[in-house]
Amino acid sequence: MNGIQVKNCTKNYGDVRALNDVSLLFEPGKIYGLLGRNGAGKTTLLNLITNRIFADSGEVMVDGRSNKADNALRNLYMMSEKNYYPENMKIRDVFRWSKEFYPAFDMDYANSLADQFGLKTDKRIKALSTGYASIAKIIVALSVNADYVLLDEPVLGLDANHREMFYRLLLENYSERPKTFVISTHLIEEAANVIEDIVIIKNGQILRSQPCEQLLYEAYTVSGLATAVDEYGKNKHVFSEDIVGGLKSAYIMGTPDAEEARHKGLELSKPDLQKLFIRLTNE
Amino acid sequence: MFMEFNNDTPIFMQIADQIEDAILAGLFPEETQIPSTTEISVNYKLNPATALKGMNLLVDQGIIYKKRGLGMFVAEGAAARLKEKRKSQYFDNYVKRSIDEAKRLKITQNELIEMIQRGYEE
Repeated sequence: MNGIQVKNCTKNYGDVRALNDVSLLFEPGKIYGLLGRNGAGKTTLLNLITNRIFADSGEVMVDGRSNKADNALRNLYMMSEKNYYPENMKIRDVFRWSKEFYPAFDMDYANSLADQFGLKTDKRIKALSTGYASIAKIIVALSVNADYVLLDEPVLGLDANHREMFYRLLLENYSERPKTFVISTHLIEEAANVIEDIVIIKNGQILRSQPCEQLLYEAYTVSGLATAVDEYGKNKHVFSEDIVGGLKSAYIMGTPDAEEARHKGLELSKPDLQKLFIRLTNE
Repeated sequence: MFMEFNNDTPIFMQIADQIEDAILAGLFPEETQIPSTTEISVNYKLNPATALKGMNLLVDQGIIYKKRGLGMFVAEGAAARLKEKRKSQYFDNYVKRSIDEAKRLKITQNELIEMIQRGYEE
């Protein structure tokens, strides 16, 4: 297995460049977080990987083969934010049809997940709330046993209890049968510790693609009197600032200079992933 | 064992610290099994690689060891070794820093010793 390789992909919708020369690798057996603001290009990227839309230039390889080749997508499953199932279909028929397309689909596991979430499998798609529609799709995604599972906004509409349950089940699933998960989400704080590598996409370009822990530890904040913060920030990579009265917080890339900070009476701290994401993707 | 995490240090280091705390507190006696990486990962919604990295910190120090096919166990003499390690950390983290701050406040050595004695009496 070589993973999913996106090579120099560009996609335009009319005048809008949705993806701009994107290259990246999703390795086998890793959990990825795909983060970006609305309209950044997350769904376009996922649709392009699954060959639902076509790139204007560039290519996608899955385990070394073009995603346009016969059977290339058999080990890849994508859960879309939108519902593509017929409205009148019952959940148990969704499971049955999933098994037709993905022979490794584990029916017993799917039914047990439905039980745990309290999803009745004799319900029709159209009768489900937003949350339960997400749950139905999550169950299929976890049960198909594909090597690559792409989840586009999996927790949309889920209440806090169900979101926690989802992350627990995902990690159990991952521990028992390691696979690549790519999770696109706006609820960053909850996913932060679950993901190993992070991909941040901004205006159709990859802003970051690295281990989550690495990103978190290359940034820090320093706060205190604005004049002292400015003095400290000279010759350092300040990428965002907050000012309240005479006080200032600066977000800085690099290793903090504890000695200098203490000398200037400044306080050092670590931003969490969500705060960091907001700072990195603000216009 | 109940774990809590903050943003100040990497999660894997916090996992190692909290397992150390549990061993020091006698929660995991020598030669007993500690929770697996999967249990820690699922319970605290952490990536298994993070949990493993935390465990490996302790394996490298000989605090825990792997029994093939069974899981992770507390090594013989682990608690005593941890106590020694924490003692030397105590000197760096508390004593040295306390003296630095005392110097900034122009507290003399004798005054500091007096304060410590008072602290014991209170």
